[in-house]
Amino acid sequence: MSLFLFALRRLATSIPSLLIILVGVFLLLQLAPGDTVDALLAQMGGGDAQIIETLRHFYGLDAPVAVQLGRYLLRLVQFDLGYSAIYGKPVIDVIVERLPVTLLLMGASLVVAVSGGVALGVLAARRVNKWPDTLISTLGLVFYATPSFWLGLMAVVVFAVKLGWLPPGGFEEVGAGYQGLTRALDIARHMALPTITLSLIFLATYLRIMRASMLEVSSLDFVRTARAKGVDETKIVTHHVLRNALLPMLTLIGLNASTMLGGSVVVESVFTLPGLGRLAYESVVQRDLNTLLGIVLLSAVLVIVVNFIVDLLYARLDPRIRAKGH
Amino acid sequence: MSLSRRSFLASTALLAGAAALPRFSWAQGAPAPVAGGVLTAHLSSEQRILNPALRASTGVYVITSKIIESLVDLGPDGAPTPVLATRWEAAADGKSVTFTLREGVKWHDGKPFTSADVQYSAMELWKKHLNYGTQLQRYLEAVDTPDATTAIFRYSRTMPLPLLLRALADLGYVVPRHLFEGTNVLENPANTAPIGTGPFKFVEYQRGQYIVAERNPEYWRKGEPYLDRVVWRFITDKSAASAALETGQVQISAYTQLALSDIERLAKDSRFEVSSRGNEANSFNNTVEFNHRRKELADVRVRRAIAHAVDVDFFVENFLYGRGKRATGFIPSISQAFYPGGAFPYPFDTKKAEALLDEAGYPRQKGGERFSLRLLPILNGEDVPQFATFLQQSLAEVGIKVEIVQLDVAGALSAIYKDWNFDLATGWHQYRGDPAVSTTVWFRSGSPKGAPWTNQFGWESAEVDTLIDDAAAEIDPVKRKALYAQLVDVINEELPVWFATERQFVSVTNKVVQNHHNIPRWPSSDWHDTWIAK
Repeated sequence: MSLFLFALRRLATSIPSLLIILVGVFLLLQLAPGDTVDALLAQMGGGDAQIIETLRHFYGLDAPVAVQLGRYLLRLVQFDLGYSAIYGKPVIDVIVERLPVTLLLMGASLVVAVSGGVALGVLAARRVNKWPDTLISTLGLVFYATPSFWLGLMAVVVFAVKLGWLPPGGFEEVGAGYQGLTRALDIARHMALPTITLSLIFLATYLRIMRASMLEVSSLDFVRTARAKGVDETKIVTHHVLRNALLPMLTLIGLNASTMLGGSVVVESVFTLPGLGRLAYESVVQRDLNTLLGIVLLSAVLVIVVNFIVDLLYARLDPRIRAKGH
Repeated sequence: MSLSRRSFLASTALLAGAAALPRFSWAQGAPAPVAGGVLTAHLSSEQRILNPALRASTGVYVITSKIIESLVDLGPDGAPTPVLATRWEAAADGKSVTFTLREGVKWHDGKPFTSADVQYSAMELWKKHLNYGTQLQRYLEAVDTPDATTAIFRYSRTMPLPLLLRALADLGYVVPRHLFEGTNVLENPANTAPIGTGPFKFVEYQRGQYIVAERNPEYWRKGEPYLDRVVWRFITDKSAASAALETGQVQISAYTQLALSDIERLAKDSRFEVSSRGNEANSFNNTVEFNHRRKELADVRVRRAIAHAVDVDFFVENFLYGRGKRATGFIPSISQAFYPGGAFPYPFDTKKAEALLDEAGYPRQKGGERFSLRLLPILNGEDVPQFATFLQQSLAEVGIKVEIVQLDVAGALSAIYKDWNFDLATGWHQYRGDPAVSTTVWFRSGSPKGAPWTNQFGWESAEVDTLIDDAAAEIDPVKRKALYAQLVDVINEELPVWFATERQFVSVTNKVVQNHHNIPRWPSSDWHDTWIAK
């Protein structure tokens, strides 16, 4: 029950920030020249003035900005995200269609990045200044420095175009009608390259943090004490060092949740995945304000939720935090 | 009268020919078509509306032309050929056109196709909502339907039959009246799940991924289409799109949607045909729009100087990989019915450009600069920012400083056409078979503020307005051509807008695809006879 209350309180305090974000984005987009009708006309290749007027009225763009904002917020309190101008259906439907792809991409990338980063970081720290450490640290630096769109394109060229092992893009085989496990495998094949592309940059960060944090914790007194008491070396690493070294990692993962959403715009474009990132990009280009605000709202909620989970894990890893109470 | 008689005869002859020949014999020497297979096409952007009677744009045609049919299409020779209309005849006074419609055609939902559908589409959609259709059908007063297979279009002003027919290939798609009547046409669900009479039936639209259409077993062309399905995949990233072509995920990318460098690379790959064949009906130009409200640009000598200062040949050769040429006027050389010939009016000559600028009273100041201009590129093509930079550097040579203002397409359209906040603009113009459809609006004054790709430049000429109006209503094709030739001369002389290049779209097609690009607007046609070699 206390956990539930804690969650509720956290969410309630985030409502004002959500509101500020939404109004901010709304006003920012007003500053961009051109509205959704201009974007539509660009796609149509022109149209006469009367059509344009009809369309502006249809999308409610002929009202003053304050009225438009008021209308939006009024709809929002009724849990209505409005109507998407690009897709001609409720924003919530559009987002729900796209969300699974992004969650899958982010989730898979996070798993790869964290497990890979922790493993390699521990390995590097255990063999500090020997060749495995040098190799891992160099690789980490390379991955960290390479832009993900380039990595993605190279992955496509090598693994899809030249070697033909994996599909170059898409979420699944179009209209193949696969079911159950076949479909899951098909999606996994399609997600392999994008996941690796998105995860590498984060893997590199985690690796470096993990290595540094392991080295730092290893030099602390309680580790020395454990070692003096003759505790088994593996046990020291897993129980004493790793557990404490994971704390800064967790903070970073929480912070990265939003970065990852941003990174997925690039990855989703390169691999033509129908995710939220690409939807957000399209919404900006097409000036589809409702959809964009819907995505912003959802991303903000997502970041809040991830950070909330991180907080809980934190408490689990370090009893001192729990003891202090929330 | 003689003309309508001729085209009437031509169309019946074509029909008789098609009926007399057995199904495969027309392609003698070529392998016989094989039924089956899926053709996947690349599309670079999502479409909001899949209704070509509501939205005239290539993105919409590429998809919906397989599902929804037009009254006419263009044949291999570029002349209109029958689709839903089998015959047409113009009245002697040029004010009405009678279409005889195909019998026994059914909508995909099983209802019969009749003249009532044509009447509704023309009066409620083409005339009221369709971009360029409102322009074309401005003087359409009524569509009479004496019986189910006759539709008589009545105009309050003369309507040249060749103009109407050429335009209808793009602006004459018919949608079912029974689904649209009495609804808000902009919000109709059939706009995103189209129902037509075409060779393929709409199956599903997966947003952000693909659209699928499957063979219509009850299609009126017996035994066709050959393909089981057509799939359109949305791939926004140009590199990803060429990777998809190379791995066989898609077989066709039309309308120059790939990067020009990738197009050149794929042209050397024996698996693909890379050409403009089958795109003849869609030529386009790189344009330079002048804001005549700027006093410097209001002077024709300055505009001519700008045209003289730009080496268009160099641009075409080095930036467009030679795919294009300099334009000799606003009518492209591919337009057999109207092209007046002629030489390039403003050859590259910086000395002449400088002389003109001096003469206009803008000598070089200290530092060598004469005046500065703001240039807004309308980024609807990969080469547009390159042309903008090329303009900037070319004009710097003759002492005009150009500042490029980068906005995305929506922003640029709004700044140029709604706020008139620009000095120079550059983008694309697309020629749609007849100058009256979407070209002359660039010169005709009196365009309401905010309508993109119309004369928002502050340029006015009573002479040109009269010429445009006369040419649009002239029913004698010889006189009509002469009027446009005259218009080309005036525009070249006055240069209100500069059509610098003329180009054609390039398609990249995997060679497994057969019977492709066999008519001048093939990517936007119905693909009824296209098949895939096994």
